[in-house]
Amino acid sequence: MATEESTANVKRVQVKRFKPEEYPEKHYLNQETGLWAWMTTVDHKKIGLMYLMSVAFFFFIGGMLALLIRTELLTPARTFMDADVYNQVFTLHGAIMIFFFLIPSVPAALGNFILPLQLGAKDVAFPRLNLASFYIYVIGALFTITAIFTGGVDTGWTFYTPYSATTGGSVMMMTLGVFILGFSSILTGLNFIVTIHKLRSPGITWNRLPLNLWGLYATSIIQILATPVLAITLLLLTMERALGIGIFDPALGGDPVLYQHFFWFYSHPAVYIMIVPGFGIISEVISTFSRKVIFGYWAIALSSLAIAFIGFLVWGHHMFTAGQSSLASMVFSFLTFLVGIPTGIKIFNWLATMYRGSIDMKTPMLYAMVFLFLFTIGGFTGIMLGALAVDIHLHDTYYVVAHFHYVMMGGMVMAFLAGLHYWWPKMFGKMYSEFWAKISCGLVFIGFNMTFLPQFIMGAQGMPRRYFNYIDQFQSFHQFSTMGAYVMGIGFFIMAGYLLHSLMKGKRATANPWGSRALEWQTSSPAPLHNFEHTPVIINGPYDYHKPMSEFQLGIATSHNGHHGNEHVSHTESKTEQV
Amino acid sequence: MNKLSEFMLPPAKSTLAAETDALFNFINVTSLILLIGITIAIVFFSWKYRRRSENDVTPVITHNSKLEITWSVIPLILVIIVFGWGLSGYVNLTTVPDDAYEIRVVGKSWLWEFHYETGHVSVNELHVPVDRPVKLIMSSDDVIHSFYIPDFRIKRDVLPNRYSSVWFEATETGESVIFCTEYCGMAHSDMLATTIVHEQDEFETWLETAGSADDNLSPVELGEQLVTRNACTTCHSVDGSRLQGPSFQALWGSERVFEDAENVTADENYIRESILEPQAKIVESYDPVMPPYAGTLDDRQIDAIIEYIKTLE
Repeated sequence: MATEESTANVKRVQVKRFKPEEYPEKHYLNQETGLWAWMTTVDHKKIGLMYLMSVAFFFFIGGMLALLIRTELLTPARTFMDADVYNQVFTLHGAIMIFFFLIPSVPAALGNFILPLQLGAKDVAFPRLNLASFYIYVIGALFTITAIFTGGVDTGWTFYTPYSATTGGSVMMMTLGVFILGFSSILTGLNFIVTIHKLRSPGITWNRLPLNLWGLYATSIIQILATPVLAITLLLLTMERALGIGIFDPALGGDPVLYQHFFWFYSHPAVYIMIVPGFGIISEVISTFSRKVIFGYWAIALSSLAIAFIGFLVWGHHMFTAGQSSLASMVFSFLTFLVGIPTGIKIFNWLATMYRGSIDMKTPMLYAMVFLFLFTIGGFTGIMLGALAVDIHLHDTYYVVAHFHYVMMGGMVMAFLAGLHYWWPKMFGKMYSEFWAKISCGLVFIGFNMTFLPQFIMGAQGMPRRYFNYIDQFQSFHQFSTMGAYVMGIGFFIMAGYLLHSLMKGKRATANPWGSRALEWQTSSPAPLHNFEHTPVIINGPYDYHKPMSEFQLGIATSHNGHHGNEHVSHTESKTEQV
Repeated sequence: MNKLSEFMLPPAKSTLAAETDALFNFINVTSLILLIGITIAIVFFSWKYRRRSENDVTPVITHNSKLEITWSVIPLILVIIVFGWGLSGYVNLTTVPDDAYEIRVVGKSWLWEFHYETGHVSVNELHVPVDRPVKLIMSSDDVIHSFYIPDFRIKRDVLPNRYSSVWFEATETGESVIFCTEYCGMAHSDMLATTIVHEQDEFETWLETAGSADDNLSPVELGEQLVTRNACTTCHSVDGSRLQGPSFQALWGSERVFEDAENVTADENYIRESILEPQAKIVESYDPVMPPYAGTLDDRQIDAIIEYIKTLE
């Protein structure tokens, strides 16, 4: 199989088969315990869990705010809160969900936990930096919470000038919080890129990299390149408010549309920070539960990078009505449609993976199917909004609200939940109730569609977003939507219930409850403190379900860690060395 | 297709609406067909290829170039159609006919002012002739607003220190709602106005006589009309309930307590000042958000409003 020349470079290593230990006595959760040990831990898994707790907390807060919004909208004008309170509530709902939940949820929480495990590494490349990024996140969150209690913010999560430069409240404190938060995001991205480049186990070539890591890799690039622009923008905004330097405020000679350009230059790529890692999770889950080779590995991997790249060039589609030139609008519209193509390719690839598979509709797979359906609707309505003439009518209406909830919640949150349920056994070594998980998934699915389908109709009929009061013709739609939100809320409370129950009294999980070929399942559940008791050696792709499990449990037993020079593992060699 | 658009879209009352609606329907129907296909595939595959035993063997299908090119090229063609169609509609939306009738629009938190060629100003009521292109030249006095008439399928942001414009040609007489769609603060959702489309000769008559009809009213009656017509009641109630601004009820003769000025009793001069220069004195616990009405209301109208407030005890 190899030519004379190339075999000369192959250093042969001896590998043995290591079956992961079932029900281990020692694992990362019961070693280095105690509050101080957790707070100072550099273990990526514990940091991942701390992120997970934080994003769960913020998801709860953001979700409760959403229920308040929907309840208020049961009737036009005041139902139980005043206009200024309502404006603060929807601002907080948006800001918390985006900056404190969506952006860190997959990369920082799930990604932190799973990335080194999928690479066969002991940790990320810079463990201390990883811990620092968590504390930066916490500090950013504290600033934001302070802002809420010292006056509130009523600008919408977009902080558009000149309104944000003139309104009362704690806009500066809030933007400072988001500014600080950005550094956490940048550091995580940096850490991930270096880790993927430098800490791959022997045998993990670029074409054996799990698609989840391709997703995280693309995400990290966006995080590093786009987040500084947000930081600069928020800094300029703060300078304007604090020092009166005219940048965006026309009263001071500034240009408010410039702010929108800056803001969306970050915030549109940020949409892909949220959704691209979700694509990674879906690829893992669909392949695992179809027990089949992923269809179009390179198409999926490269389309993530393509989306990340084109995603930088479409920000102007948020501004078709704002007063940018017609030429700019035309170009932005065209590029927006181009993003649709790689996204569509992914959907078809996932479907093709299911074709002739052996499909086990466990909860993670169920969430992946919900993702496919809801995200497809999100994508099609995105095409609608990308079409220039139609966007003029739909811009800033509930149609847009429904669209981005289908993408962010129907897409990203469903992918997050798929990932959470998929890796839950690896995280905690416990199983959850399949029955209640499916009930909950069903309620979330029904509730979600009840909430947001009517919003498409309302929006197309002209209902503008961020409206405290509305004209009577929309009331029945609003009420139906609110009922949906309650159903969804019940679904999430059931989820909290069975997950907590799983933590307390759940059945113990085996090392590989799903029969996956991916590397993270070839170690114990919960994972050992340093992830693997041996340096794993990879000779097959993570989706090679046609090969026996024994070929996926190889490792180097000796002190030799396999990270030097030109070592390659030759297939034949390792096979002969199996025990 | 018509049923769908009737259900989802507001009535089409401008010349521009037809193209937008046709594209809206095209995308909806195409998407629906594809969505149904994808959903059927999900459900069918999930059932047909469900796991039968733990030892199921699955085939190795890593890619299929023909299939992949097909599902890349067909969507590409579809989006190029949508792009071109959308662009053509957009060009029509932004190309103003030369003979358009011009009306100046000013957005203020939270009202719309319409200035006509005769010098007449209407607040929250846009009067236009039917079957004639109308161009609105718009600007804002404070933050960004956005001018949106769903029935006409037009929308354009209204910016401070800059003019933007939008045009339409109404195809039938009647009334259509105008929304502000760029979030602009507390009463953003009350920043509504009405477009009133007249027959052309009716519009000419309206323009000539607008304002003079008020001559026959007593000051109190006129004041009562003016506070509604000029959107005062968006923020000031007349029944004592708290809105964005202090209520007009029991205002007359009361002691006013301010954030940073000495107390005064509400008399003619105070009310006049509050209308023309609202930022001069801000009542405690309220925000300085009212736009000045200098240039919008003349002395006779201010007198009438004062007379009307006197009656609200």
